[in-house]
Amino acid sequence: MSVIENDRNIMNDTKPANAVLDPIRVAAAEVFDRIGLPTGKEEKWRFTQLQPILRSRFIPAEPEYANDLFDQYTFGKESSVEIVLVNGVMSRELSRLSSLPEGLCVTTLVKAAANKHADIVRQHLGKLVDLHAHPFAAMNTRDFGDGVYVEIHRNAVIESPIHILQITLGNDNQAVVNSPRVLVVAGENCEATIVESYVGQGSRYLCNAVTEISAADNAKIDHCKLQQESQASYHVANMQVKLGQGAQFVSHAVSVGARISRNDLEVILAGRGAYAALNGLVLIGDVQHCDNHTLLKHAAPDCPSHELYKHVLDGKSSAVFKGQIYVDQIAQKTNAKQSSKSLLLTDTASIYSMPALEIYADDVKCTHGSTTGPLDDDLLFYLRSRGIDFDAARHLLTYAFAADVTRRIKVEPVRRRVEDYMAAQHGLPQDLRINDLGAFDEDVIR
Amino acid sequence: MPVLEIKNLHAKVAGTDKQILKGVDLTMRKGQIHAIMGKNGSGKSTLCQVIAGRETYEVTEGDILFHGQSIVEMSAEERAREGVFLAFQYPVEIPGVSTSYFLKAAVNAIRKHRSEPELDAVQFIKLVKEKQKMLGIQESFMNRAVNEGFSGGEKKRNEVFQLAVVNPLLGLLDETDSGLDIDALKIVAEGINRLHEQDSERSWLVVTHYQRLLNYIVPDIVHVMIDGKIVKTGDKTLALALEEKGYDWVEREAMSAV
Repeated sequence: MSVIENDRNIMNDTKPANAVLDPIRVAAAEVFDRIGLPTGKEEKWRFTQLQPILRSRFIPAEPEYANDLFDQYTFGKESSVEIVLVNGVMSRELSRLSSLPEGLCVTTLVKAAANKHADIVRQHLGKLVDLHAHPFAAMNTRDFGDGVYVEIHRNAVIESPIHILQITLGNDNQAVVNSPRVLVVAGENCEATIVESYVGQGSRYLCNAVTEISAADNAKIDHCKLQQESQASYHVANMQVKLGQGAQFVSHAVSVGARISRNDLEVILAGRGAYAALNGLVLIGDVQHCDNHTLLKHAAPDCPSHELYKHVLDGKSSAVFKGQIYVDQIAQKTNAKQSSKSLLLTDTASIYSMPALEIYADDVKCTHGSTTGPLDDDLLFYLRSRGIDFDAARHLLTYAFAADVTRRIKVEPVRRRVEDYMAAQHGLPQDLRINDLGAFDEDVIR
Repeated sequence: MPVLEIKNLHAKVAGTDKQILKGVDLTMRKGQIHAIMGKNGSGKSTLCQVIAGRETYEVTEGDILFHGQSIVEMSAEERAREGVFLAFQYPVEIPGVSTSYFLKAAVNAIRKHRSEPELDAVQFIKLVKEKQKMLGIQESFMNRAVNEGFSGGEKKRNEVFQLAVVNPLLGLLDETDSGLDIDALKIVAEGINRLHEQDSERSWLVVTHYQRLLNYIVPDIVHVMIDGKIVKTGDKTLALALEEKGYDWVEREAMSAV
């Protein structure tokens, strides 16, 4: 039995009774009680050691102030819409939701479920994620706090990125668990950019997040997820996306924090001509472990999908990439391209890269490739022979390797944070910027 | 004082017993062009890389003096900043890094070392344009990733262009003629000659397998390298003799001298 016990009394005390959410929580609790947390023996969890998480006795996180972290991670003027949650509770002082653009609704799930959005919440919440297949998601559904509700009305074009900042504050005396929950409902023909930042501080905590995105026909969603949790923490995240006809979804998932992190990202291309691009970047070192499981489920014809995951692994870090592409029998003319590339900066870093194609249609194009290796000695010498010192040469080559993913991130503050992180990681004050490199053909970037 | 003085240089492949340089002696003066000729595997490319500071080779004996200062213990980047430039036999492609960014980083690393102010973007572009014009190189070059998708000739021209921008005291040309057809060879050689005319203080060490490059770049001194040693030194006529008679006679001469 798992040691992540839920104290129902705490839950009931801190959350207002809600006719929409309560049945969903109760049903999830029943599922979780039945299946429990994975033991690590399951195929899906084989490469990620869960013992540290299972050994900890977590309590739900209490809301606290987090001004320092907010100052560090806020988008400030670069986003007019920012919702900030501290240990699962929305902060009124820190969030900026007063002047939302037309066609956009951003509030907490608790609030949305209690007002005119109740029907939409009931219709979508928990509908994309299969709790039986994802025990952590079941736990999240049982435990989540305020939650975030984002609704983009049909035909609305939202220019400014919508920033969802999830702050987890650990507790020195007791490990805490934070269960952030996000629901995005995107109407027909809408366009929006959504950024989820996961940050935190403290010795030991588990951030167990679930995000569901439902994109109606021809919706265009650009999504960034930046995981910069505290280096001693655990981060488990499940994201489920469903795309209607002609809908476009581009994901940029950057993982730099947490001692152990696991991301499940599943996209269902449910309508004809939907498009999905999954870009991933893992930048870890020391004894960090990051596991990305992605699934692109082609359930309709004429859908292209692109996937590019890059890993930069330093120290004794390890990463897992399992990229599954499932092509349904009716999904003819599927065109799926997948690539995973890993740069090992030390002999002790490691990666397990596993593509998995499951194809039931006969007229499809699916390709996958995987490469792994150290920094090229010839390249390093070439740079050094021109007077560029070893550290700068190493940084430049690492940066250029990651740039394949970072250059696709259109949200400036996200890209800058990744760049700053890389420079700091290599102990370099030098502020290398993607524009400096200037060596990409922009036409090939979607 | 000689620009470069190589004394009894021995070097092996690091971590192995494979000795490649077995006692090289060479002295170059300011403004001179020296050519090193030799068969494949004679050690001439290794010599260039050892001078430039490649760590895959380990110096086991002897010394390399650059302007009287030993550089054997220096890193590759320190040597570059002191004024050594290696034009590679096989220039690498660096995806994702533009020639512009790369060259600016190189120029400023060297300027910083010389306590000169770093060039800003405008000054750098001015310098680049001047050198591009001199060598007949298109401007679009700068925005492309270093050497990516370049033909053999373009890569070699890029090496000479980089040399022009970096402005070293010693240019090591490692088989700059290899893989080039005669037209490409002429263009590259003309560039080098122009640089030589412009700055008579710079010295050149030209490593080549064939004499044909030396029709365009006329050396002051020609060395012949066999099995990790310089066995014969002469003027430019030595190159012609090698072209005509091959290397065997030098080899025999060297053997009988032992």
